[in-house]
Amino acid sequence: MANIKVDGQLVEVPDYYTLMQAAEAAGAEIPRFCYHERLSVAGNCRMCLVEVKGGPPKPQASCAMSVKDLRPGPNGEPPEMFTNTPMVKKAREGVMEFLLINHPLDCPICDQGGECDLQDQAMAYGVDKNRFAENKRAVEDKYIGPLVKTSMNRCIHCTRCVRFTTEVAGIAEMGLLGRGEDAEITTYLEKALSSELQGNVIDLCPVGALTSKPYAFNARPWELTKTESIDVMDAVGSAIRVDSRGREVMRVLPRINEAINEEWISDKTRFIWDGLKSQRLDRPYVRKNKKLGATTWDDAFQTVAKALKKPGARIGAIAGDLAGAEELYALKALLASLGSGNVDARPAGSGLSPANGRASYIFNPTIAGIEQADAILLIGTNPRREAAVLNARIRKVWRATGLPIGLIGENADLTYTVQHLGNGSDSLADLAASQGSFAELWAKAKKPLVIVGEGAATADVLAAAAKLATANAEIEADWNGFAVLHNAAARVGALDVGFVPAKGAADTAAMLAGGVDVLFLVGADEVDMSQLGDTLVVYIGTHGDNGAHRADVILPGAAYTEKSATYVNTEGRVQVTNRAVFPPGDAKEDWAIIRALSAVVGQPLAFNSLAQLRAAMYVEFPHLARIDAIAEGKAADIAKLAKTSPKGKKAAFVSPVADFYLSNPIARASAVMGESAALAAGLRQAAE
Amino acid sequence: MLADKDRIFTNLYGQGDWGLEGARSRGAWVGTKEFIDSGRDWITNEVKASGLRGRGGAGFPTALKWTFMPKVNDGRPHYLLVNADESEPGTCKDREILRHDPHHLVEGCLLAARAMDAHLAFIYVRGEFIRERQHLERAVEEAYEARLIGKDNIHGWDLDIIVHHGAGAYICGEETALMESLEGKKGQPRLKPPFPAGMGVYGNPTTVNNVESIAVVPEILRRSGAWFASIGRANNTGTKLMCVSGHVNRPATFEEAMGESFKDIIEKHCGGVRGGWDNLLAVIPGGASVPCVTGEKIQNAIVDFDGLREVGSSMGTAAIIVMDKSTDIIKAIWRLSAFYKHESCGQCTPCREGTGWMMRVMERMVEGRAQKREIDMLFEVTKQIEGHTICALGDAAAWPIQGLIRNFRHVIEARIDQYTYSSTSDGAVPSIAAE
Repeated sequence: MANIKVDGQLVEVPDYYTLMQAAEAAGAEIPRFCYHERLSVAGNCRMCLVEVKGGPPKPQASCAMSVKDLRPGPNGEPPEMFTNTPMVKKAREGVMEFLLINHPLDCPICDQGGECDLQDQAMAYGVDKNRFAENKRAVEDKYIGPLVKTSMNRCIHCTRCVRFTTEVAGIAEMGLLGRGEDAEITTYLEKALSSELQGNVIDLCPVGALTSKPYAFNARPWELTKTESIDVMDAVGSAIRVDSRGREVMRVLPRINEAINEEWISDKTRFIWDGLKSQRLDRPYVRKNKKLGATTWDDAFQTVAKALKKPGARIGAIAGDLAGAEELYALKALLASLGSGNVDARPAGSGLSPANGRASYIFNPTIAGIEQADAILLIGTNPRREAAVLNARIRKVWRATGLPIGLIGENADLTYTVQHLGNGSDSLADLAASQGSFAELWAKAKKPLVIVGEGAATADVLAAAAKLATANAEIEADWNGFAVLHNAAARVGALDVGFVPAKGAADTAAMLAGGVDVLFLVGADEVDMSQLGDTLVVYIGTHGDNGAHRADVILPGAAYTEKSATYVNTEGRVQVTNRAVFPPGDAKEDWAIIRALSAVVGQPLAFNSLAQLRAAMYVEFPHLARIDAIAEGKAADIAKLAKTSPKGKKAAFVSPVADFYLSNPIARASAVMGESAALAAGLRQAAE
Repeated sequence: MLADKDRIFTNLYGQGDWGLEGARSRGAWVGTKEFIDSGRDWITNEVKASGLRGRGGAGFPTALKWTFMPKVNDGRPHYLLVNADESEPGTCKDREILRHDPHHLVEGCLLAARAMDAHLAFIYVRGEFIRERQHLERAVEEAYEARLIGKDNIHGWDLDIIVHHGAGAYICGEETALMESLEGKKGQPRLKPPFPAGMGVYGNPTTVNNVESIAVVPEILRRSGAWFASIGRANNTGTKLMCVSGHVNRPATFEEAMGESFKDIIEKHCGGVRGGWDNLLAVIPGGASVPCVTGEKIQNAIVDFDGLREVGSSMGTAAIIVMDKSTDIIKAIWRLSAFYKHESCGQCTPCREGTGWMMRVMERMVEGRAQKREIDMLFEVTKQIEGHTICALGDAAAWPIQGLIRNFRHVIEARIDQYTYSSTSDGAVPSIAAE
């Protein structure tokens, strides 16, 4: 710890603190443009200049100088810095003037208006006169892809975007080209950025140089209603803010959650909102004479009830990727009341099972815990596609410590160096038998982290992974390095509420093979429906996608921005979304649909409101009541899992997310995602 | 004035052989082993006794800089980095050393490396220097062949020298930008602290010295620090390469003692000012980046660090640019502004935005197409740049204009008046700049 006087006020701060952090600890505000907590220090905007005593007689950049760089006074007095002297005021005014001379007076037509750092700081620290009589600089706008719009006249060269893309996103595709006042931020060849995290540069840009292309000229920040919610595009559960106007979602922004997404979100999370407005199921449909026709809720319910009440009808339900825990709980209860245990939320062939304990299907070390790992093994997963934000966390620890990372499965550019150990179960067996150079590194790891992708999570792979996560003697006692990386937001919640087949009941594979007469699909679009035969399919969901195409009855539900629903992320963290807008047309919240259906069938469920449903659910699954907390898995379960040795087929591991941009029905309805996917696939020339 | 026997660069004009044989005949590489054997502290102390101040422009005591290197090696290699990226307009002294006396530099590298526990020296040569680099590379090769440097050399101190060729950017002469460029990155200055002595090239302790500072070290050790200190004034000791350009009868680069009067130097080496001393308008005494001084003030000024500070300028690299009364002083300073605008790296705000602004205002002032209040504004803008930037290029861009306004404000005002008077009755204002 070190003592420092800030504007005469003595504070004690850790000695690695920068002057800026020390000033903040003392409550003094320091303006800044280039400095960002999660990026390297550039020190180039010069807005954060402060006066220091004992140093050179010129202002110092407080973002770059640390407290221990200052020398104490002659009699050992603590070093002093000032943030309110005439020198500092003049420095700020000077820098602000320089920033503004070449900055266009675009504010009335700029999308950043109202949430612009430059605008705000010019009000606070600038002068109200203009002395610049020359022509302003003109810079050509650059094409950097379909997501980020550029307006390079406004750029103040803070290089936050360059630092973000190279450091966090791991793509060296942006840079500051040229010199002096001709310096320009560009992707060199006007090539589209290839990162799944590129949208974050929009938030990072302190001015309106990089703005959201799909959101361009759509709304002003002060006319939007902000709703804090949770993302469901992947199983990470990033914290988001949904900005809406009237019945429309206008944009999605990240919120800070250090435990999960820090302050980044993936492009799918950010730009999905146009998919919420197209291809929507806004009224019930029933298939009559092989043709789906719009109908009333009553007619749809009667059709389903008739099929359910048919004597001997075999009934089943498959949960999709975006279903909340509430509707699954309700549907499971409905099927139970009809005497059926044919429910499943897992992809066909999955070895995940609540019977093995909660630890066997969650990301035990937690996402923040990745940073403690000293060796990582990825099994059958491509985290860049399946959980882009989590992948950035792996890159972060790799950058900091250079830890060894092994990969078994499809080899891919994950933005960090991986040792590709093989494609499938053979290579996993080799590693388990301590063969190869990676095995040596692995044996030395104190905090090894095994990440099993959902696509590879068969019973034998899980057992082998559990062995690798517990095998070596060096592992620290309190470390549980077994982690399952899910790719669907609904999955852990579904496993938590026991949405898996009862003893002897049909699982996903059996149901899809035509093993039931009536099949409920709760937003399940990613399953193979070709073998269903003449099964009556009841689709509860939001978008006209695969499931709706096959459905015989469509019950329109609410998307994640339109309901309050519980989602459990891959770590096992319980989170709840909030309703930002209402579902379109006649669509209803999913739990209410199931409750209404239960009444029509004659088996009314024992709750009349969401609150009552949750109360019942919390009694059965108390850990779901602890919002934002993780009910920890038992390490003993992993040890037990490691002792099993189920037989498995030899197979190459394939990531279930083939295309990052098109992994769920909302994304497939989004024109922006479609364009990004086409671009990523190289189907379209990037250059305009 | 400097006696011939006290000259260090005896082949400055390239009349002799610049190779190893020639250098040896002029006394290079004599007694080097003895100096190495005397150890790190002896070399540093001798240089300290000589009072040698850095010859790159800032005038920081060289021996003091060396002592910033870690005393105890923490396992990281130490590096000596010689800055031969001489690009300051008006300065042409290091190239003479590189071309005609390269062995002074090579030997200096060995001795300086000993003084900072370095086994690797980089010499970063300016991109435009082709022949200079060839000579230097040859000299380094000769030294390797004669086992004067390299592994297991005859001096008992291993030293490898890497000659690196820059790409011709002025900013790469700034020590931290030099290191970035050497590492293969974009030449943009780094933030300090950390200082190079703690974290320099590739994160290792590095000392950056000017070519001349290193090249004089062997002679200082041979003739003792006291000898060097006996030349010049206290705190401004030794000999200095000076390069006089502009309106003198014989522009030249020469070695002279510090502490001589400006008039004597110009008379002795350059045959006086073109058209006589009364024709002297202004002098930029230390390379483009220092403020100009009026003819009257400079004539009796002492040319050394302190002497030139007294007349409101500085010694810089001792590149003396002389301008007689035929010079359009505003245009001359505008040209320097254009240079700095072109060479600004664009990293930090005040320099990136300010250099262009200053140049454009200057451009109008050359014509007189400006308001008189803009002179004060321009001065204020220079003050907003000076001291607010990452490196000293912002200062360097500001000082010439400050010197102009301080010393030649009346010229600017007269130009503005003239422009106004020349406007015709209907308000159309013809340009008078192109005479």
